[in-house]
Amino acid sequence: MTGVLVIGAGPAGLAAARAALRAGASVTLLDSSDQLGGQYWRHLPDSRAGVREDRLHHGWDRFRALQDELLEHPGCEVVPSAQVWAIERLDEGLVVHVHVGPPDGNRRPSRELTPDAIVIATGAYDRTLPFPGWDLPGVFSAGAAQALAKGERVAVGGRVVVAGAGPFLLPVAASLAQTGARVLGVYEASRPRALARGWLPRPWRLLGATSKFGELASYALSHVRHRIPYRVGHAVIAAHGTDRVEQVTVARLDARWAPIPGTERRIDADAVCVSHGFTPRIELAIAAGCDIRPDRFVRVDDRQHTSVPGVFAAGEITGIGGVDAALAEGAIAGHGAAGGGADDPAVRRDLARRATFTDFAARIEAAHGIRPGWTGWLRPDTLVCRCEEVPYGRLRETGRATCSTSLRSLKLSTRAGLGICQGRVCGRTVEDLLGRESPGGLLDGTSTDRRPIASPVRIGELAAAHGRHTSAATDAARHQHQ
Amino acid sequence: MTPDVVIIGAGIIGAACARSLVRAGLRVTVLDRNAAASGTSASGEGNLLVSDKGPGEELRLAQYASSLWPDTVAELRRELGADFPSLEYERKGGLVVATTPAGRDPLLAFAESQRGAGVDARVLTVKQALRLEPDLNPAITAAIHYPEDAQVQPVAATEALLASARLGGADVRVGVTVTGGIRAADGALVGVRTSAGDFSAGAVLNAAGPWSGEVSRSLDASLPVRPRRGVVLVTTRMPHRIFHKVYDADYVGAVGSGEAELQTSSVVESTAAGTVLIGSSREQVGFDNRLRVSVLEELAVKALRLFPFLAGASVMRSYGGFRPYMPDHLPVIGPDHRVPGLWHATGHEGAGIGLSLATAELIAAQLTGGVPAVDPASFLLTRPSLAALVPEVA
Ligand SMILES: Cc1cc2nc3c(=O)[nH]c(=O)nc-3n(C[C@H](O)[C@H](O)[C@H](O)COP(=O)(O)OP(=O)(O)OC[C@H]3O[C@@H](n4cnc5c(N)ncnc54)[C@H](O)[C@@H]3O)c2cc1C
Ligand SMILES: Cc1cc2nc3c(=O)[nH]c(=O)nc-3n(C[C@H](O)[C@H](O)[C@H](O)COP(=O)(O)OP(=O)(O)OC[C@H]3O[C@@H](n4cnc5c(N)ncnc54)[C@H](O)[C@@H]3O)c2cc1C
Repeated sequence: MTGVLVIGAGPAGLAAARAALRAGASVTLLDSSDQLGGQYWRHLPDSRAGVREDRLHHGWDRFRALQDELLEHPGCEVVPSAQVWAIERLDEGLVVHVHVGPPDGNRRPSRELTPDAIVIATGAYDRTLPFPGWDLPGVFSAGAAQALAKGERVAVGGRVVVAGAGPFLLPVAASLAQTGARVLGVYEASRPRALARGWLPRPWRLLGATSKFGELASYALSHVRHRIPYRVGHAVIAAHGTDRVEQVTVARLDARWAPIPGTERRIDADAVCVSHGFTPRIELAIAAGCDIRPDRFVRVDDRQHTSVPGVFAAGEITGIGGVDAALAEGAIAGHGAAGGGADDPAVRRDLARRATFTDFAARIEAAHGIRPGWTGWLRPDTLVCRCEEVPYGRLRETGRATCSTSLRSLKLSTRAGLGICQGRVCGRTVEDLLGRESPGGLLDGTSTDRRPIASPVRIGELAAAHGRHTSAATDAARHQHQ
Repeated sequence: MTPDVVIIGAGIIGAACARSLVRAGLRVTVLDRNAAASGTSASGEGNLLVSDKGPGEELRLAQYASSLWPDTVAELRRELGADFPSLEYERKGGLVVATTPAGRDPLLAFAESQRGAGVDARVLTVKQALRLEPDLNPAITAAIHYPEDAQVQPVAATEALLASARLGGADVRVGVTVTGGIRAADGALVGVRTSAGDFSAGAVLNAAGPWSGEVSRSLDASLPVRPRRGVVLVTTRMPHRIFHKVYDADYVGAVGSGEAELQTSSVVESTAAGTVLIGSSREQVGFDNRLRVSVLEELAVKALRLFPFLAGASVMRSYGGFRPYMPDHLPVIGPDHRVPGLWHATGHEGAGIGLSLATAELIAAQLTGGVPAVDPASFLLTRPSLAALVPEVA
């Protein structure tokens, strides 16, 4: 029987696991979280369930059905709290290294898996562009705010501003409102023309995407219900406060997202949730050797197969398309990983759905993609890398002083991106800002997405595993190289 | 105007040579196929060590280098100003320990021989060692303190040396790949062919690090430089609990070894940023940079042998690079006797950061007819230990 490993139990991973099982494979499904569902179906732990999850979640029934099928299936092993921290590429194949247990655990048991096929469905996290004051307590990424609302029923503040870009600002505002926050406004950076360009050129396509539209329409209704103002062409360009956020400055933006002087306005708020798009979590795909597209998503073919034999990818790591795209891609990937054919009836519906919702991804980018003028709201002392406290001014001065065109060199001499988050928050912004300083761009061809150690490992854990497991395999591989 | 010297490679060796040569009055062009400081010099650590070298020519070069660093750091700071990233030069000293009863006598004998060569190598009792490093494993069997060991931030050092060379008139071209040589009728090398056209020069200096073998071959002169991979672990920030460069004595053995299989020895130290570096392995696997978990594990085991408290520390990244390895463990610094006009400054293996300044001074002295501070004979291709490895004609 084909053994399929699915990494990530968001919509894409869940759908992949189910499709692989239905195609006759045995499945191991891992997620670093202690629950299934991913970003979209983040929910209260079962011990506290009973509150009306269905009110907070679209498609909650769909999730329950998926989850139940997997948990009950004898061929499926579901492992929550399982952190894949490395994928090793040996000549004889990939070895997936996993620690199981709470992330702050000290003696987490380790597992090494060598499946026949892998589906990588590690999703994306939202990207926040820096602005003065974004390091104050009370500033959240929209994803974090939504996770708190959905997973803990905690609102991030009493008077909350939501800002950034993208259709997912709306559901975030809705979740906040449902947990009792007063949402003072949703500020979308893109201007009407860009929005129209993204959303209107092929209206007939929307017919296929009705469920997505139904969802967005219901968010819009929820806005009306909670009387949340929605302003386009606006951004939060600063947060103010001594110990935490007390006020934010909102300004109008031009088409390049540069703030228009004279349009600034202060708003009293105790929290601000900001998201300007997404950064796919592609480090495991890179570690597995998968080709990455120029737009920095994982390259896949029609079957969701990556450039590496036996490795499939689905969901947000292949493009930002929302939950329906993730579900369709996951099903196609899982089916393929189990050895299923490309046009089997089992996946025909998913193929059609994928075509519809991938279009959604292109629209999101056209309508909400980050424009270069945003640096207009930075000040020299605005921190770009919060972990290592690197201000924008220092980043530029170092670039100019050294004339460096090497990302590696600039990271090491500014320390930007070298902190505990390993550039997950600031990496792409650092690349963007440094690239602007060197006329020909950065030359060394590295990117902040490369993280061979995908999450921190204790030295004690490494030492405990020494000589115990795959070292025989690794030694064999090493000797072949001499 | 034709430069006097074209330097291939803008790693720390090329950068240091560029600076020394412009200061000696020569016109210099530096070419790198990539960005400056993007090769090995950005993939290792910045230990400036005398402690790991036994008596001999390399130790003499290291001692010379160690005498050059403090003044050079001060000069660079004056030239480049306070906005330039700090070189983080610090003479923090090394502590070398034996972790086994069998390791004790060889370490003491090694230190004794170094003392004979003028190294400040102080034998400590375990108690004294614990005073220097309170969290050190008390089960060590011997400890030597080397106050002369220092460190520098290698990327900042490379960029600074290059910026200084640029101020002195050096022309630095990045994104330019050297593909071959230009020969005069008499066979002398008078320039290089590159992806950006031909560059003529009075002399060509090969400073291409682990790729020097390839570059040399493209200039019709073979050179037995090979890559020797090394990996370093970086922990998350923590309160300062390690104060010196602390290594176990196996490190000395690993450096001098030519064996191909994996060798690790822990070199543990804290950085100014609060992280702890644990380095580094030595493997010959070609230019294969795939992660190997067993290498990480072995580094971890050895680090715990020195500092048991590190068991709870988290590794947040690992990085690695390819040391430019010569089979007889000595760098090549000087003219290639087979091809007039071709010079080499390469093969420094795991000591290129430390030896860079001394290498550059040796090259400048030889190129301008000056008197080198260290006898260059043992760094020439004509040395006996290379006899079988450097064929006359390429
Ligand atoms: C704030 C916000 C609001 C959104 N609102 C909507 C909306 O209203 N409508 C909509 O259609 N879409 C929305 N989305 C997008 C939606 O969440 C995604 O489309 C969907 O969750 C993507 O599914 P996925 O399976 O690709 O990734 P995810 O749901 O992100 O799942 C990835 C999973 O992989 C796991 N993982 C990652 N790395 C590892 C590792 N190394 N080891 C083990 N496990 C790992 C993670 O824990 C996670 O559970 C929103 C997203 C955000 C951030
Ligand atoms: C893990 C590790 C730890 C280390 N620790 C230390 C230490 O603590 N102390 C120490 O002193 N040393 C250490 N080293 C060794 C040190 O890093 C090297 O000896 C040194 O960086 C070599 O510098 P280089 O300039 O010769 O090579 P590089 O920095 O590699 O520079 C060579 C340059 O040549 C360029 N090039 C190659 N081919 C061409 C071509 N055809 N055309 C144009 N350009 C070309 C490359 O792009 C590159 O930039 C360590 C090395 C490693 C890997």
